[in-house]
Amino acid sequence: MIPRHQTVLFVILLLASVIMGAVLWNQLRRAHERLLRGQDPAPTQAPLVAPAEQATLMVANDGDNSINSRILTLPLPENPEARARAVLGKLLDLYATPDATHPVPGGASSIAQVFLVPITEGSEKASPTSPQLAVVNLTSAFVAGHPSGLQAETLTVLSICATLNANMPSVTQVRFLVDGQSRATLAGHADLTRTYPAAGTAPQP
Amino acid sequence: MRWIERSESIEMSEKSEIDSRELKEHTVCGAHAVCGRRSGIRNRGSLSGSTLSHFTHFTFFTLFTLFTSHSVLAQAPPASAPATKFVVVLDAAHGGDDLGARLGDQSEKDYTLAFSVKMRSLLMARGISVVTTRESGADVDANRRAEIANRANAAACIDLHAAFVSSKSGPAVHLFISSLPATADARFVPWKTAQSAWIERSTELAGALNAALTHAGITVTLGRTALPAIDSMACPAVAIEIAPQRQTVAQDAAGAGDTGFEAQVAEALAAALVEWRADGGQSGGQSGDGRP
Repeated sequence: MIPRHQTVLFVILLLASVIMGAVLWNQLRRAHERLLRGQDPAPTQAPLVAPAEQATLMVANDGDNSINSRILTLPLPENPEARARAVLGKLLDLYATPDATHPVPGGASSIAQVFLVPITEGSEKASPTSPQLAVVNLTSAFVAGHPSGLQAETLTVLSICATLNANMPSVTQVRFLVDGQSRATLAGHADLTRTYPAAGTAPQP
Repeated sequence: MRWIERSESIEMSEKSEIDSRELKEHTVCGAHAVCGRRSGIRNRGSLSGSTLSHFTHFTFFTLFTLFTSHSVLAQAPPASAPATKFVVVLDAAHGGDDLGARLGDQSEKDYTLAFSVKMRSLLMARGISVVTTRESGADVDANRRAEIANRANAAACIDLHAAFVSSKSGPAVHLFISSLPATADARFVPWKTAQSAWIERSTELAGALNAALTHAGITVTLGRTALPAIDSMACPAVAIEIAPQRQTVAQDAAGAGDTGFEAQVAEALAAALVEWRADGGQSGGQSGDGRP
């Protein structure tokens, strides 16, 4: 025979379990409804890391072998090297779109780094206004996927040089690396061993 | 640097049986046939083959090279040189493991070689002497290509390339001259920038080719590029990129080449070079073989 106090305790615990289950079920249902209504209070907008500014992209056109300027508003970091990388990344993003006038796969991730090195002569010390050499480090994936051809490669190189000079007039010379190493050509034609002048090389339409 | 490489070769040749005369000629005269004519004088002086003679030549060569400074590599032609045979150099780009661009089932190296052979036939049929830098699928170094062109004393140097045109535009021909800045004609110019003394003449040659191609109804674009092969050439030099459409290449490969885009381009280029010869290898009016 079960003692009376044990029976009472069992009933109380059973009732408590049922009540707790009902509360949990109710909360789960409400959370599900809240999710469906889109009332999630968690932040979904990415934090703003840089103010939007105007940037000039020198966009190549295979149709007439020209390079044309296009002004876009982009979030540009303060750091000059990061800024140069962001601008070139946007340029290569344009080339990776299906309706690009100069189709090149890869996009922004093709620019691994951009280094800015002051050009000084002899014992002259570098100043903020000193002309700069930009060293553009491309990824090997970009180079492997670049269309081979004299015009295609030349336009890619010249548009990168012209875009750097358009946004950073202090950049007067440009050199290219691929995965940190020097490389003879971009995809069999354009010479990557030389230092390119950044200004005045873009073919006009 | 090319100069240093050649000097080292010559030092090694003292101990070996390599004739230093050949090396000297290769180094000093690698840039131009003018030196080739002079080499006969040196050859006669070293016929004895004695060690003393070799040493004398080596000393003479060393003093000569010191005199002409460390950066002087390619010799520009004298403006008063007599007119010689009208020679066109055809340089089929790529070769060996360097396949270049893909044109359907064909590689650029095969396409340019086939086009070079076709061009040679057309030009020789018109009485123009042709020198080619590549006759097989083997690779030819960019310096070697420039050496061949410079020894030929050519009135026109054509560097042949090919790539598919982008799908949005029709077949076209892209003409490029060197991106080196133009310099005044000098007696000696550095090997890697020898073309800088010929930019004006190369521009005129590109203009002549552009006119003929446009006249034939072919879309042409003009530009400048950095190509080591033409940058070392001491002659009017133009890089030509033939840009057919995919279906055009397929038709040409199927035997329609006689009427195809490729044949049209070859005919137009041949006509342009005949015109270039008729104008005395120039449109600006100077010497008779395309020299500045």
